[in-house]
Amino acid sequence: MALLEVKNLGINFGGLRAVDGVNLTIEEGQLYGLIGPNGAGKTTVFNLLTGVYKPTSGTIRLDNESIVGKSSSQICQTGIARTFQNIRLFNNMTVLENVKAAFHNEFKYSLLASLLHSKSFSSGEKEMDKRALDLLKVFGLDIYADEYACNLSYGAQRKLEIARALATNPKLLLLDEPAAGMNPQETSELMDTIRLIRERFHVTILLIEHDMKLVSGICEEILVLNFGTELAKGTPDEVLNNPEVITAYLGEE
Amino acid sequence: MVRFLEQFINGLSVGSVYALIALGYTMVYGIARMINFAHGDIIMVGAYVLYVCKSIIGLPSIVSVIVTIVFCSLLGITIEKIAYKPLRKAPSLAVLITAIGMSFLLQALSLLIFGANPITFPSVIKVSPIYIGSITISGITIITFVVTFICMIGLTYFVNNTKAGSAMRAASEDKPAAELMGINVNRTISMVFAIGSALAGVAGFLYISQYQSLMPTLGALPGIKAFVAAVLGGIGSIPGAMLGGIMLGVIESLSKAYISTQLADAIVFGILVIVLIVKPSGLLGKNSIEKV
Amino acid sequence: MEKKASNNMNLKNNKNFNKKIIAVVGIVVGYILISLLANGDLLSRQFKSLIVPAGINIILAVSLNLTVGFLGELSLGHAGFMSIGAYTAALFTLNMNLPGPLEFMIAIVLAGLIAGLFGYLIGVPVLRLRGDYLAIVTLAFGEIIRSLINSFKFTGGAIGLSKIPRYSNYTWVYVLVILTILLSYNFVTSRYGRAIKSIRENYIAAETIGIKVSRYKTLTFAIAAFFAGVAGALYSHNFGVLRPSDFDYNKSIEILVIVVLGGMGSIRGSVIAAILLTILPEALRAVNEFRMLLYAIVLIIMMLLRSPDLRAKIEENEKLPKFIKNFGKIKEGGI
Repeated sequence: MALLEVKNLGINFGGLRAVDGVNLTIEEGQLYGLIGPNGAGKTTVFNLLTGVYKPTSGTIRLDNESIVGKSSSQICQTGIARTFQNIRLFNNMTVLENVKAAFHNEFKYSLLASLLHSKSFSSGEKEMDKRALDLLKVFGLDIYADEYACNLSYGAQRKLEIARALATNPKLLLLDEPAAGMNPQETSELMDTIRLIRERFHVTILLIEHDMKLVSGICEEILVLNFGTELAKGTPDEVLNNPEVITAYLGEE
Repeated sequence: MVRFLEQFINGLSVGSVYALIALGYTMVYGIARMINFAHGDIIMVGAYVLYVCKSIIGLPSIVSVIVTIVFCSLLGITIEKIAYKPLRKAPSLAVLITAIGMSFLLQALSLLIFGANPITFPSVIKVSPIYIGSITISGITIITFVVTFICMIGLTYFVNNTKAGSAMRAASEDKPAAELMGINVNRTISMVFAIGSALAGVAGFLYISQYQSLMPTLGALPGIKAFVAAVLGGIGSIPGAMLGGIMLGVIESLSKAYISTQLADAIVFGILVIVLIVKPSGLLGKNSIEKV
Repeated sequence: MEKKASNNMNLKNNKNFNKKIIAVVGIVVGYILISLLANGDLLSRQFKSLIVPAGINIILAVSLNLTVGFLGELSLGHAGFMSIGAYTAALFTLNMNLPGPLEFMIAIVLAGLIAGLFGYLIGVPVLRLRGDYLAIVTLAFGEIIRSLINSFKFTGGAIGLSKIPRYSNYTWVYVLVILTILLSYNFVTSRYGRAIKSIRENYIAAETIGIKVSRYKTLTFAIAAFFAGVAGALYSHNFGVLRPSDFDYNKSIEILVIVVLGGMGSIRGSVIAAILLTILPEALRAVNEFRMLLYAIVLIIMMLLRSPDLRAKIEENEKLPKFIKNFGKIKEGGI
């Protein structure tokens, strides 16, 4: 049984059908790519998967559990985490705090414990510190633990966002243009990091990208969207050599 | 029945003033996405300016009213330039607080210049009342209706039929796109503040003609109520502001007459809460979805 | 490796323990100081009478800061919660006949709980709103509460209540101030505080990491309202008279000015600013008309300092001392 099953997903914005009849099946442990020209509806699909938007049609099942109609925070708890196209970090909080915030639902010491700074508070915080630092270390960000998130370099910020998403212990990780703004060297490192994440955290990954080198380099299967509908689906080889896909990106000759 | 009609007409009159003020709120919110907390106090400034022109300097009534409107308009533009423009890219909490600060500033200055004691200022409107059956409609009410009507027609024409008006509508929809189309957004925003504040000046003139007592806190409550009217009608919608204003005025008048003055206020604010819970876009507003 | 870890842990434990000792000592010393000020001859009678109001303002400012500074939402109805607490406590002590301290203590707890309940109730409709709309609704609620209190007979209508036992003294105030500061500090440095701050920073991202925004909004409103209610109870038992006009929109703004001046997100700042803005108006009684003007200017300037362009110019100017450069930034960590 697939980890993520999306059938006939669609959403209307007023008169505009932004996403229409999208079908997607992702197996556990897969590295899946979602590509398409600008405005094709890729981020909209992410927003639908994470409950930011509610679909007007279709079903979404994670581990055979429907998540349509659930709120973003509920969906996070069922196991989907994401990063954003325009980085959404907690700027005036430290790097460490950004990650610890994501441990919120794992270390649930009570309000009373918080008010009194009791033992369960102390041990909870200590454990969170340790887990957060370990996680940051994977990305080489532990040295910036006490730095404000807004002071990090662009590349580091992107990594922090991924780290924060991983802290929620997701089954499915959605990465929205993780390589945006990166040079070839950084992109290559990112590819290694993504593979590492999949191995180490046993997480399934769906990513949106424009960088074809990255997509063909690590994705096992790709879905191409255009104007909100499926244009092509298959392995990188099949998809990237599909003439319709090429036309969609480059325009008619 | 007579009483009901008189209260109803009174409500329309009060509502007209609210509508004029609400227009300022709604236009500014539409284009700058901010609630100009200082807007209500511009009415107060208008009333004081009228007083100074007429009673202290001794200008003729018409001139005084014109000076009032121009002064308020310029004041609105100035406030925008000094306090709101620098914060366009700051978190919205900052603009909100600054606007509150501006409101306080206007009240504080009036307090310092004119003192806290209410100043009696007889109406400059010297029009005789009309009698329809056993109902009396005062001259002030008549002028209020006429002036408000003219303003609304004028504004609607301006927004829909002039180039500047379409620039305003474009900038309200999509600022970056408007800029790309060659619209000077800064100038458009200034224009919105100018018009809104001018209308507030008119509202000040009408308000003080009705209540005839000047205080630094004159504008605060009507301002907030006019905002409720703008929300009721649909914030960002000009016809909405007009509709909301009139409706709120009537509801308030009738509540004051048939329930109690105290609870009338609670009812007005209760309307705000209900609208924001049930239909935040108001009666005539549009729903907007935030882009993530 | 193991040894190093446990050594580090011991060090941290010692640090925490030392911190706690310092805190306890500080609190005791503080109390001694306050007693000296209240009972001795250092302060004139005029200034002695400011101790309780200063404490009340501290509690109001610290609690409002939770909503405005840490959650990042503007609440313009804080005076409304204060009034609910004030009236609840007054009605209790006026109608009960228990020994003083016991009666007062129950009244205070009751005031906090009822105010907190209202804070929660108001949080509910406010859930889906943000920014401007949320601010206006809190303003509306403040006005509705004032309107209702003005109308009801049992609250004395526009005349209010009088002959309320004057229980508030520097001891009660000091204890409650310390409690407010401690509980608030503990709250913001816990996972709840982080949740609230992340909502302030980016509520959409906060939701996607599992933080249910609506839940924490109502929680913050309820807690802030609770403390405002406690402050209200202290207020009504200070002079013994209560009028609905004491708790109008202007009062809410005054508290906001304190929070803004002290620095949003800084508990220490709220405490200092509260004391300052209690003492200053008294000290500057002669120029009372300028008070409103001063508040307005404080608000505007503190906010203009948040303008990115202005900030950039300040950062670049090397001649300015560091503390001026840091003035007005969002403070971190609380104390």
